[in-house]
This record gives sequence, structure tokens and C-alpha cells, in this order.
Amino acid sequence: MSTSGSENHTNYLNDGYGVKSWLLTTDHKRIAILYMISITLFFMIGGFFALVIRLTLLSPNGTLVSADTYNKMFTMHGVTMIFFFLIPSIPAVLGNFLVPMMIGARDLAFPKLNLLSWYIYVLGGIFTLSAMVLGGVDTGWTFYTPLSSGYSHTNVVPTVIGVFIVGFSSILTGLNFIVTIHKMRAPGLTWFRLPLFIWAHYATSVIQVLGTPVIAVTLALVGFERITGVGIFDPNIGGDPILFQHLFWFYSHPAVYIMVLPSMGIVSEVVTCFSQRKLFGYRQMAFASMAIAVFGFLVWGHHMFVSGQSVYAGMAFSALSFLVAIPSAVKVFNWTATLYKGTIRFNTPMLYAFGFIGLFTIGGLTGIVLATLPVDVHVHDTYFVIAHFHYIMVGGAVMGYMAGLHFWWPKITGKLYPEGLAKFSALTLFVGFNLTFFPQFILGYLGMPRRYHIYPPEFQVLNVLSTAGASILGLGYIIPFFYFMWSLRKGKVAGNNPWNAKGLEWLTPSPPPTFNFDKTPVVTEEAYAYPEEDLAGG
Amino acid sequence: MTGHTISRNRYFLIFAALIVLLVLTISMAYVDLGPFNIIIALTIAIIKAVLVILYFMHVRYSSRVTWVFVSAGFFWLLIMFTLTMSDIVTRFSF
Amino acid sequence: MDNEQLTHETRSFVAHQFDDLEQQKEAGTLGMWAFLATEILFFGGMFMAYFVYRFSYPQVFAAASQYMDVALGGVNTGVLLVSSLTMALAVHAAQEGKRKQIILFLIITMVFGTVFLVIKGVEYHHKFVEHLVPGFDFHYEGAEPGKSEIYFILYFIMTGFHALHLIIGIGVLTVIAVMTARGRFTKEYYTPVEISGLYWHFIDIVWIFLYPLLYLIHVHK
Repeated sequence: MSTSGSENHTNYLNDGYGVKSWLLTTDHKRIAILYMISITLFFMIGGFFALVIRLTLLSPNGTLVSADTYNKMFTMHGVTMIFFFLIPSIPAVLGNFLVPMMIGARDLAFPKLNLLSWYIYVLGGIFTLSAMVLGGVDTGWTFYTPLSSGYSHTNVVPTVIGVFIVGFSSILTGLNFIVTIHKMRAPGLTWFRLPLFIWAHYATSVIQVLGTPVIAVTLALVGFERITGVGIFDPNIGGDPILFQHLFWFYSHPAVYIMVLPSMGIVSEVVTCFSQRKLFGYRQMAFASMAIAVFGFLVWGHHMFVSGQSVYAGMAFSALSFLVAIPSAVKVFNWTATLYKGTIRFNTPMLYAFGFIGLFTIGGLTGIVLATLPVDVHVHDTYFVIAHFHYIMVGGAVMGYMAGLHFWWPKITGKLYPEGLAKFSALTLFVGFNLTFFPQFILGYLGMPRRYHIYPPEFQVLNVLSTAGASILGLGYIIPFFYFMWSLRKGKVAGNNPWNAKGLEWLTPSPPPTFNFDKTPVVTEEAYAYPEEDLAGG
Repeated sequence: MTGHTISRNRYFLIFAALIVLLVLTISMAYVDLGPFNIIIALTIAIIKAVLVILYFMHVRYSSRVTWVFVSAGFFWLLIMFTLTMSDIVTRFSF
Repeated sequence: MDNEQLTHETRSFVAHQFDDLEQQKEAGTLGMWAFLATEILFFGGMFMAYFVYRFSYPQVFAAASQYMDVALGGVNTGVLLVSSLTMALAVHAAQEGKRKQIILFLIITMVFGTVFLVIKGVEYHHKFVEHLVPGFDFHYEGAEPGKSEIYFILYFIMTGFHALHLIIGIGVLTVIAVMTARGRFTKEYYTPVEISGLYWHFIDIVWIFLYPLLYLIHVHK
């Protein structure tokens, strides 16, 4: 990292340069950078698998790869993207960097544990990567039994060990955040003065701490069954494979909220800053985050409507699933209400935030469609589901991550990226995303099932559109990578607060000093206390 | 927490109660009560766990946050048990 | 840097990220409780599986549980309860700043933990001799050998994970005992002793449920 004359203050980046000063650091900001590099790597790997999938689906008879290879491609795409990119993305990178800064703390409560969690992540990554190198895995990211526990001939064991291990990294991050938010807030920073980014991370951490151990033990049981040849999910001896699905989705449904809740936190920060408005309905937003975390645990059975689960349970899960729509809708409503009469600036983070609101709304509404039991029977395991969850996970979670990355990049690096190019790539990403996944709603509704590498010729036009969209989408990810790298050396110096934003993290220099603040800040006002002179008349 | 120390005798008293409950749970298991056997066994186990949590783990004298954390763990467990069993108990009765 | 504002006398105990000892103590305790919440759900997954199969195959579980040694299991429950008592006494000694007593009670706790593991090992050995180890050597004489195998898988996995936690617990207490001997704790700061105690008691609680659920299903004949 270059130190030009204008940023001669000591900061976390120039406080030691050696490899050791990074690999043995306990500074939450440096650990965030370590995470950022690692998840970007996994994003590229997962993106490569997506590329193979989309290229295969260009033609109806699957000429590029064999059916077996295709199974491995979508499995490894899912495993990489979900467990090694999406779940750690915002919490472990932006959360790690910002949670202590936003609450006026010098570091997280347990800095060594934080570093340990990164090493655990790397160890889990090594296991999963080695499974891929050894020939891959083909069970689908859901590891459904008895395919995963008995019939699959691929590298299930190293993969589930990898996912088991990486779960503990997620747990430790969540635990660290919970304790930090409870105990390390600056004087005057009461719970209802916290930025919503913090509330969102608190809710996320609750899910990480209470949900992740269940998938850990479940995958341990699958691994055990595979190694010994008998196990509690083994139908040959009277075991119940659907029990696996219950335990799996008990975590994996709430895991979606691990991905999207932090994004919602980012959108709240960005929307208030770029409309220079107080957030509409602050308390409802805080409670909505917590409500999503709790309700998220009551609905997992909607993944299992056609699995052989009891129809009565199916009906209950269907009804409960609608609950999640309430806090989600509260959020969308409050963001739009915040914009009303605001002084809106269309900077890059704001474009991404707009993208999030729109795409999350589509993803959420199609989620209600899927949670409706009789409709789900029709579209279950079709591309309708694929499109739905990509609208949530990519349109929602990744858009939010991009918004956050662009919003806090000046704080993290002290440098500004080229705004014009960034706006262009945000637009590219939005167009590419919709072109990729909107056709999949139609494909799914027409009956194209997921996880097949061949399809009837009449679906080819929509599939070609989708693949074309994916290329544009890919471009939308590649451009930021280059201008971010460029900005490190050539970018303009950002200053403490380039966006004129509120929040403790903007009070300290960019990049921040090692202990974040030269003097512990004292908080005397609510979050988002933007001056609102233009409302006086209206 | 440091604020409150429990007297040593209190610990011995709780320990005695735990041993009595252990003897009770074993002897009740030798009486055939049909479905009530498991209910009694679980009730005794829950009482024992509560004694350990409240006194050995000092939760009785801890802050409200600790109470919330302990309850959250068991509440989430209850969610898992209730909703999964709602499937299991209604699945085979067509 | 803000570090310099810390008072001199507590500085040796307070890590750089905390303002004072009180904050550090509360954070440590809360962290352990959050971790225990995780542990509850970790074991909860296995208990969930147990309840599903016990509900589905009640007779099979009743018959298979006949192979458990109620006496050894009962003794082991007592052993763990004693270890919990001595652990509580170790924390009590820490509150009073009595270093030798802390070490003494920690050692007794570890000894009882080890006794538990030895008895558990004897029980595992019996199962091995009786060919009741699923996936390795399983020949079950009674009815429904398949469903009975599920019972024994659950038995081994649940008690196995419990034993693993106990081994980790003994390791933790060893570290704490060494730290105590080196004078790392005072009357004012003994949080590591306290929170490793929490972990130990949690292991005890898991066994409090495992014993009646695995051993005492059908002892009345």
C-alpha cells in the first residue's frame, strides 16, 4: 500500500508492513481485509462454476459437459457461494471493519477469537477446495440424504468437513459481535441510538450463534453415516431422510437472513446518507430486523412441501412463512418513505441501494408465491425457485455488499474510486442481473426443472437470454475489481467524510488509526441526525 | 458475577438435592407408569438442570442479559422440537 | 492512544480493547453464555433425532436400552454431579482469592472427570464385546435389529460428543490450574475460572438428560 504525503497519519494500514503483521494481526480492520481477500477468491471460484453452468445451458442437449460434471458444477457453485462467500461476506468483511467503529470501540471484544475465526475459515476452505480438486462433489449444496450419505460416489466427506469447520468461523464472528454490541458501546450510545447496520448485525449474529451449530451436527452425522456405512438417516435400517431435511433447513433457511439482514443494514445507512434524511420509523426498522431473525426460524418446512413431510405440518409452515413478509415489507416501506422529500444524490452506493430495494422486493414477493403450499407443488424444484433465491441472494445480498463496499471503500482505504465508471458498472450489474434471472422465472413457471443439464428445445431462447445476461453480470463484477485496485494507488484522497454522512466511523481519519479513535467518542444524538431544513415548510 | 457470593453450605445443599433427585429418577424408572415414565424422567432432569443453572452457574444472581441468553438457547431448542415433531406426529396418521 | 488513559493498577489484567476490568469481566462471561447457547443447539440437533426415533419406534428403543448398564450409568451421573460441586467450590475459592484451594478443587474436578471417562470406556468395551457397535461390529439378537441399530448409533454419537466435550473441559481446567498457579488471578479478577466452570456445568447438564433418556427407558420388567 503506498503512503502518499497527504495521508501521513499513522493508520491501520501503515502500522507494520510484513506478512507477519498481517497474518498475526488482531486488528479487526486488518482481519476484515484478510476476509475480503479470501471471500473474493471464493467468489471467483464460485463464479467460474456459474460460468460453466450457463455455458452448458446455451444448448438444449448439454454439449459442453457431461451430466455428471454438470451435477458437480452446480453443487460446487452452491457450496462455494453460500458457505464461503455469501454467509461471511458482509458480516466478516464490512461488519468486522465497521461494528467496532460504529459503536466507538477500539476493537471487537475478543480480537484473538476474531483472528482464529479467519483461520478456521481458511481451514474449512482448504478442505472444501481439496474436495473440488480431488474430483468434486455432486449432491447439490443441500447434501440431501440418502444421496449424500450413501449413494453418491464423489467427495462428500471432505466437503461436509469443510462446511462443518467453516460453520464455527461463522459462530465465532456472531458471538464476537453480540458481546461487542452489548458491552463495548461508547458512552451515550444507547440501543436506540445505534445505527441500523448494528441492529442488522446483532440480528444476524443471533442466527449465526443459534442456527449454525445445528447444521454442524447434522453434517457431522452425514459424514459419520458415510464413513461407517450406517447412520440415523439411513432408510435401510428404518432411518428417516426427511429428518435430515428438517435439521438442515432449521439452519439453512435462517441462513438466507444471515445473508440479507446485513444488506438491509447497509441499505438503511446508504439511503439516509444520500437523501440526507432521518430514517423513517427507526424503531420499527430495529424491531423488524429482530423479528426477521426470530420468524426466520419458524418457516423452514416450506422447503419440504413435496418431500413427504406431513401435509398438516406443510400447512402450518406455509401459514407461518407469510409472517416473514411483514417485517420485510415494513423495511421496504420505510426506506421508500425515507426518500420522500429527501435531497437525493445518485452516487454509486445509492444506485446499488436502489437496486437492492427493487430486486429484494421482487425476490420477496416471489417468495410469498413459493411459500403458498399449492403453488409450490407446481413450481417446486423448477427455475422459478432458482430465480427467486438469486433475486434474494444476488439481487439482495450481493447488491447490498456492493453498496456497502462502495460506501465505505473511502473509509477502508482512504481513497476514492472513479465515480463515473462505478455508476456505469452498477448499471451494468443491474441490467445483467435482471437479464440473467428474470427469464428463469418464466422458464420455471413453464416447467423447466432445476439441476438438469439438458432441456426441451423450446426453452432455448430464454436460456440464451439468461446466459447473455450472465456475461453482462460478470462484467459488472469485473469492472469494480479493477477500479478498486486502481484506486489504491491512483485514487483521490478521500478525507474523513466524503459523503457527508452521519455515524461515528466518519469522525475518524480515513484510513482509521489502529485503535480507531484517538479519543473515545461520546454520543449525544440519535442515529441519522441529518439536518432537515427542507421539511420545515412542508 | 462478582457482586454476589453464594455460601459454601448452599452448594452442598444443592448437591444433596441433585443426588436425591438422581436416586428418585432411578427408582421411578423401576415403577411401570406407562407413558408417565418419560414425563417423570424428563421433569426430574429439567429440575436438576435448573438447579445447576441457577446455583452452580450463578444465573439466579446474574444480570438480565444472562437470563435472556440462557432462555434464548432453550427457546430455540423448543422451536426446533415443536415444529419438527409437528411433522413427525401427524405424518403417519392418514 | 486511549490505552494510556487506563489506570496503572489494573492495566496488567485489562486487554487493550477494554476500558476497564468490569467491562472485560462482563464481556468474558457474556461470551461464554453465547457460546453455551450455541452448544445447547449443537446437542439439540442430536436430541431432536433421538426424540423423533423414540416416538417412531418406542418398543424397539425400550428393548435395545436393556443392554445399557443402569448401575454404571447411575454411578457416572453421581461422579459428574460431584465434579460439578467441586467446580463450583473452585469458583467459590476464586471469589475469596484462595489460590491453593482453587488448584485443589480444580484437580479434584479433573480427577472426577477422568473417572467418568474411565467408566464410560468400560461401558464402551462391554458394547464392543457384545457386538453392539454399529458400523463396526453389530449383531443384535432381539427383534428389529435395524431400528435397534439406530438406538445404538444415537447412544454412541451422543455419549461420544459428550465425552469429547469432557476431554476438552479437562484440557481447559488444566490450563486454568496452571494459570492459577502462576498467579494470574486475584480476588478481583478470576473470570476465566468462572467461565470455564460454566462450561463444565454445561457438560454436566447434558449428561443429566442423557442418562434417563438412554439408560432408563424400560428398566421395569
